[in-house]
Amino acid sequence: MVGAPQHLPPLLMETFHLWLALFLLLNVVVGMTRIIRGPAAMDRMMAAQLFGTTGVAILLVLAEGVGAPALRNVAMVFALLAVLASVAFVRLHGLARGGERRDER
Amino acid sequence: MSGILNVLGIGLCLIGAGFFLAGTVGLLRFPDSLCRLHALTKADNLGLGFMVLGLAVESDSLAVAGKLALIWLLALLAGASACYLIARTTVHDPGGGPE
Amino acid sequence: MIALIFDGVLAVTLVALAWRVLAAPDAFEAVVVFITLGLLMALAWGRLAAPDIALAEAAVGAGLTGVLLLDTLGALPHGSPPAQAAAHAEIRGRGWPARVATGLLATTLGAAVLSLEPRPSLLAGQVSAHLGQSGVSHPVTAVLLNFRGYDTWLELGVLLIAIIGVLALRGSTRLSGETLARPPAVLAWLIRVLTPLILMVAGYLLWLGKHAAGGAFQAGVVLGAAGVLLWLAGWHPVAREWLWKVLWVIGFLGFIAAGLGQLLAGANWLEYPPETAATFILCLELGAAISIGATLAGLFIALHFPPRENLSGGPNERRP
Repeated sequence: MVGAPQHLPPLLMETFHLWLALFLLLNVVVGMTRIIRGPAAMDRMMAAQLFGTTGVAILLVLAEGVGAPALRNVAMVFALLAVLASVAFVRLHGLARGGERRDER
Repeated sequence: MSGILNVLGIGLCLIGAGFFLAGTVGLLRFPDSLCRLHALTKADNLGLGFMVLGLAVESDSLAVAGKLALIWLLALLAGASACYLIARTTVHDPGGGPE
Repeated sequence: MIALIFDGVLAVTLVALAWRVLAAPDAFEAVVVFITLGLLMALAWGRLAAPDIALAEAAVGAGLTGVLLLDTLGALPHGSPPAQAAAHAEIRGRGWPARVATGLLATTLGAAVLSLEPRPSLLAGQVSAHLGQSGVSHPVTAVLLNFRGYDTWLELGVLLIAIIGVLALRGSTRLSGETLARPPAVLAWLIRVLTPLILMVAGYLLWLGKHAAGGAFQAGVVLGAAGVLLWLAGWHPVAREWLWKVLWVIGFLGFIAAGLGQLLAGANWLEYPPETAATFILCLELGAAISIGATLAGLFIALHFPPRENLSGGPNERRP
């Protein structure tokens, strides 16, 4: 392993992580056009789901790069609750158009 | 040794970023709603997966790596189910939303 | 330098999203943009080194508020798209005084903020000085649950008033009889797997508050989200009526009990002795988290379903 770096300088690592986070953020920004264009409600909801996952990735990258371990917990809560919007869409959206009927127990 | 780990971590993160890009491009360019859904599940699974793998390799502790893996599993679970449910809504209801 | 670029892109995107929420021609698009706005706000709070708020924003802004808005959307009357667009255009045409006023306000605020000199906060020093006596090692938790515990107690009172108000307007406190239709199998399975995980994460956040970002509020909103998820899947989050009421008041009453206990022991209201302060805080946080979660979930259910019997006899045109 002659010539392999002993330990990459932390500044380089932090810069790399920030560039990675910026790249992911730009993914979200560009993906917004699907929310604006997407003809069906499904397209918009899908994009929101993707942004949730991308947001988790950004938070994890920032946590490692900037040295903020608390952001990992934020990412965990994100990953857990991002499904909430999609589930609400599936269950409540149909109601307005005569979808799932209400149950009485 | 940790230099190798850092380089490996960077490589894995870059692969993950590539999959995220693929997911976004697919979301924007595929012709059909269901095709786009297919694209974004790739970003969910593989994009986040490689990213988490890369970050776990770079992190110094096993606890952090474990937490990262748990987050990835949660995202997989939630993402796959959510995408299935969203697709099911459309298949049963081809009109889409209140357009 | 790259950090500045990242923050700049984030800031511009936030403003653009906020504009789009208001300018979107379709209400559903506006709701989805709002959910994304919540996501990016949580990121912004993370960048501002405020992980406590980022945690709360991730749960509330990106999760619960999205559900509330989607639910509201279902209750709105649906005009045809051309009619909606015409209505929008009319509002836009008449709105120029508001836009001028808003522009002036934004410019003034921006100039004021930019002209502030950064000043070290005096309170941070005082908090650090007394942190050892507070029973926890995280300054935010120490302030919320010990130094300003009075405020937290009254905030729980505000939540209680909110749920009482909603139930009063609704005319009935009966929540446990109403559910949505039976869920598809995948959703049922997902909720079965997710709910214990969410409860575990809520407990983790509660315990975390002692030494890191977390605590009662964050755990409470995660619990509320669990309740809303259960309800969305078609199950009762809380099966008994009386249990709902117990869960709503337990946080508020916990603080009263602590305060009275200290008064009877000869100290001041809500003044914890430093040796047992950690125990006090943990118990109060547990009650607060439970109350916050139950109140949020209860609000969702109460707002979604009109009561079967309307006691006031007033109009009730929520669902066809």
